Amino acid sequence: MSVNAKEQVRSEASNREELLRAPFIYRDDEALEKSFQFTLMKRLASYMRPYPGLMAAAFCATLGNLAVTLIAPYLVGRTIDTAIAHHRVHALLAYGAILIGLYLLNFAASSFRIYLTNQLGQRVIQGLRRELFVHVQGLSSDFFDARPAGSILVRILNDVNSLQDLFTNGVINSITNLFTLIGIIAIMFSLNWQLSIVTLVVVPFMFMLSLRLTIQIRRAWQQVRLRLSRINAHLAEGIQGMRVTESYVRQDENQMFFEKMNRDYMATFLRAQRWSIPFGPLVDLTGALGSALLFWYGVHLLHNGVVTVGLLVAFANYLGNFWTPIGQLGQVYNQILVAMASSERIFQYLDTQANVVDRDDAIALPPIKGKVEFRSVGFSYEEGRRALSDVSFEALPGQTVALVGHTGAGKSTVINLLARFYDPTEGSILVDGKDIAKVSLDSLRSQIGIVLQDTFIFSGTIMDNIRYGNPAASDEEVKAAARAVYAHEFIENLPEGYHTEVRERGSRLSQGQRQLISFARAILADPRILILDEATASIDTYTEHLIQKGLNVLLEGRTAFVVAHRLSTIRDAHQILVFDGGRIVERGTHAQLMAHGGYYYDLVAAQYKFLA
Amino acid sequence: MEGVYRRLSRFYRPYLRLLYVSLGLLVLTTALQLAYPYLLKMIVNRVVIGHHFQALLPLSAAILLASMVKGVFNFSQAYLAQVFGSKTAFDLRNALYKKLNHQPFSYYDNVHTGDLMSRMTADLDAFRMFFAFGINNLMSLGLTVVLGISMMLTMNWILALVLTALMPILAVTAIRFDRQLHPVFQAVRRTLGNLNSGVQENLMGMRTVKSFAKESFEIDKFNERNDAYYGANMQATKLWRKFFPFIELVGNIGVVLILMVGGWLVMSSHMNLGDLVAFLSVVWYMIWPMSQLGFFLNNWTQATAAGERLLEILEYPDDLDASDEQISQSVQGKVEFRNVGVKMGDKWVLSDINFTAEPGQTIALLGLTGAGKTTLTSLIARFRDATEGEVLIDGIPIRSWNRHALRSQVGVAFQDPFLFSTTIFANIAYGRPHAKVEDVRRAAAIADAAEFIDELPEGYMTLVGERGMGLSGGQKQRVALARAILLNPSILILDDATSAVDMETEYEIQQALQKVMAGRTTFIIAHRISSLKRADQILVLDGGRIVERGTHEELLASHGLYRHIFDMQFQDFASMNDSGETAQTGTEGHIG
Repeated sequence: MSVNAKEQVRSEASNREELLRAPFIYRDDEALEKSFQFTLMKRLASYMRPYPGLMAAAFCATLGNLAVTLIAPYLVGRTIDTAIAHHRVHALLAYGAILIGLYLLNFAASSFRIYLTNQLGQRVIQGLRRELFVHVQGLSSDFFDARPAGSILVRILNDVNSLQDLFTNGVINSITNLFTLIGIIAIMFSLNWQLSIVTLVVVPFMFMLSLRLTIQIRRAWQQVRLRLSRINAHLAEGIQGMRVTESYVRQDENQMFFEKMNRDYMATFLRAQRWSIPFGPLVDLTGALGSALLFWYGVHLLHNGVVTVGLLVAFANYLGNFWTPIGQLGQVYNQILVAMASSERIFQYLDTQANVVDRDDAIALPPIKGKVEFRSVGFSYEEGRRALSDVSFEALPGQTVALVGHTGAGKSTVINLLARFYDPTEGSILVDGKDIAKVSLDSLRSQIGIVLQDTFIFSGTIMDNIRYGNPAASDEEVKAAARAVYAHEFIENLPEGYHTEVRERGSRLSQGQRQLISFARAILADPRILILDEATASIDTYTEHLIQKGLNVLLEGRTAFVVAHRLSTIRDAHQILVFDGGRIVERGTHAQLMAHGGYYYDLVAAQYKFLA
Repeated sequence: MEGVYRRLSRFYRPYLRLLYVSLGLLVLTTALQLAYPYLLKMIVNRVVIGHHFQALLPLSAAILLASMVKGVFNFSQAYLAQVFGSKTAFDLRNALYKKLNHQPFSYYDNVHTGDLMSRMTADLDAFRMFFAFGINNLMSLGLTVVLGISMMLTMNWILALVLTALMPILAVTAIRFDRQLHPVFQAVRRTLGNLNSGVQENLMGMRTVKSFAKESFEIDKFNERNDAYYGANMQATKLWRKFFPFIELVGNIGVVLILMVGGWLVMSSHMNLGDLVAFLSVVWYMIWPMSQLGFFLNNWTQATAAGERLLEILEYPDDLDASDEQISQSVQGKVEFRNVGVKMGDKWVLSDINFTAEPGQTIALLGLTGAGKTTLTSLIARFRDATEGEVLIDGIPIRSWNRHALRSQVGVAFQDPFLFSTTIFANIAYGRPHAKVEDVRRAAAIADAAEFIDELPEGYMTLVGERGMGLSGGQKQRVALARAILLNPSILILDDATSAVDMETEYEIQQALQKVMAGRTTFIIAHRISSLKRADQILVLDGGRIVERGTHEELLASHGLYRHIFDMQFQDFASMNDSGETAQTGTEGHIG
């Protein structure tokens, strides 16, 4: 539940009625851009450290480019002054040869620079993305429970990608640009310092102006991105819910809503353009001003014999080259500001620590027999929200334990703790007499099988999906597992049998079929302890029948914890734990509990009267 | 390929005037840009060499003035082109949205949300960019070349010819570059798509990943895709490193050639020094735009490909026949199917369906997965048309009803209760946005949702949907049901709409609905016998045909498929009795 989103909406909606009837409400992303922060920048830069060779090579190639950019105009000026003006054919040819040589060098340097800088950037991005993904894989369930998959996805993909420009072009280019600027200034001053001062007098003004402009441009684009993300949010949702829209004939209202959003986006976009476009012409204009000053003063110096025509031409050339790096530095500055926000979000994830981790002295759990014990276990997902209190029970190897109770009674929490998705706040959980907090996660989870209510199907073949928990299994073993849980028949009836490709979360399969596949997956992994969350969704009677038969096979000989909805499953359990408000309120077998006439009896009896 | 722009012309044609003005300004900008070398030549020839110092001030002023005027023109042409592109994109985005809102249901059977999203965002933007600056860039490049060459010709035709000889090399290089880059860019997009979907799948299935402790397997899978994306990017880099320096080199060699040939011309007194300097300036001006040729062409190719993908949405045919939609009166609720059959692909999913539902009746549909129940009800709200036979509403063929008028009187509660990102109130009022608060509350009460909504901290103001409060499956179904009830429909279709609700609640909902739907027609699809045993007529479907029909008692007596399903559901009843209980239950009885 997003408190922020509501606050935001509240300030936008003028009154309660408007909010109540808001057609759609989308939460805006967290701050898109940040001010410059040195620590962030330093941490970002550290990702280039593993590639000192690449960096050095890229830098050398860049210097090669730079040298030619700086020397060539000077040589062209010299050619005009010394060779052409004085009719020296040999000198002309010599200069020509030198220039060609330089440009060939430039060609090679450019080629290397492009290759090396891109490689550096791509490597950094590849590495950063890998680090982020690996880190996120290791985070605990509370991390994933607290945020929608979409927002994690955006960080791993979009936020990392938005750093790509900075690392491929930004870093190297800004170094090049700085060097170019310094080089040009140095050369200009060495050629003639008076001329340099006069022509560069406009630079500080230009600098101030572009800095102010940059701030406006950044703000304007921030607004554009904000609106674009709203449009995208609505599109994604609108497409998924389109059947509802069409059948409720809501098209006209939605069209109005969308057009308003679209118009708003266009206006903001054009406003950003109005700020961005003048940047180029302004740089041009300042350049022209510099040129005018150059000639006005240059001709004066020429008249006094202080400078030559060639020098003036060379000077004009340098001045022309002076403005490009300035414009590019402005762009890099913008890139850096965008990167600040992205990198902050990335680092926020990287700095998140997993709640459930192996202890330093964690031992590998030896092959287990299946005895499970909860000793006065208590748990809160967050401060003050108690999910489980004082839960104690013991399950012997091979027993089936049914967990019964209303939504939120604590059944799922028991399962979350047993699989060590979370660690208990109080008490301890023992498997074969060993505290599971003291064993390694891998050794524990690889011996526990979990069948979730909504079976997740990965894209790939049915065969791959069943094999997920036991990649070494042969095709025959996969089929045997499917046969054992009565999934074989429907799989064989699919167009390509076990090799049928399932896509987009297995949408081609029904809920019941997906559950049968998850049974096969679990039986192939052959865990000693099985956790099963029965599906409540609508399953047709025939498949339902298969699931019941499959379930019996699956449960046999394993210690099993079942969040049960089917009466048949509950009735056959060795032990039924009835939960209410995070506590065990009743326990026993079906017969015992029915005879007892308590909470469980009421739950069961409540259903009967609708069937008679 | 040109057909793409013709077929999309209705979106940009209204704004073409903007483009024309922009292009006019662009011509002036380009002309003024070339004034700079011209003025430079004047300064060198007349002031520096000719010592006419009084000409310096007006010439410097002219440089400044030209630059200012050029700045204004340049801004205006660029901005007008952006307006042109934005307005075109605005209309196009609206039209696409509208089309998506009216796309036939079958369309959504085959598309992926992710793919539609990338069309609505990336493709639309690629198309916009061509209009917003691509045309101007190409035009500007053409103008620069033409004006530059003609200026050079007036300055010195020999030098101009020397330079023109280099043009074909550049043109051939640019075209080859574009051709090679195209597949590489496709690979970049494809590998990124793979990476995206891989990470997305991993995150969605995180609980399964963790359950099987398969993190390292997932990391390997990720690394493979991450590396492939890196590889594709490096392929593009290899092309860049080949072409960009080459184009740069050709331009630079041009400069050296001009310097050599020009130097010789000056020395042999066929040309003066100022002309050579000016000529060199013109060459400098042409080098940069020429080197961008590859990019500009790429822009055009991408816009064409993007336009094609947009047209696939816009030109998708409506599979419903709209020629006779004239009836918009109120629906009484009589539904009649006459020999109805539906074919999808080469498979008949429904055949030979005949039945009549009178106003006030409840019709239940029972059958295994894939029996055709949902397809049958989708014909009643005219989400699709029958391939053969006829569906009649109130005795009028369904094709004669205005589809919007009809649908707004048919309430459908879908299997998967989709809720939008807004308040619970607005979700219930989705079909009637201006409904009174009391009406929304009443609909919620009938759907047995009022109680839990009132218990939420924010009540009807609670935000739901993707980023909102997580409601349980049963709660979502009840909100979706209230949404259908609020329509006050003459025909109500419950497509497995209470499957996640426990039996007690379902019974209460059905009792309440019976009162509201008096005199109107209700269709119920369900798997639980208990959900549909009270219906006036039960249709049992198997393989797209009605295999049995009648009331609960009649069907039980006939010992067919219905009886079989009933027995399967109640087989535990006996064993329950064995364990000494007097109560009875179905195996699908849900506790908790």
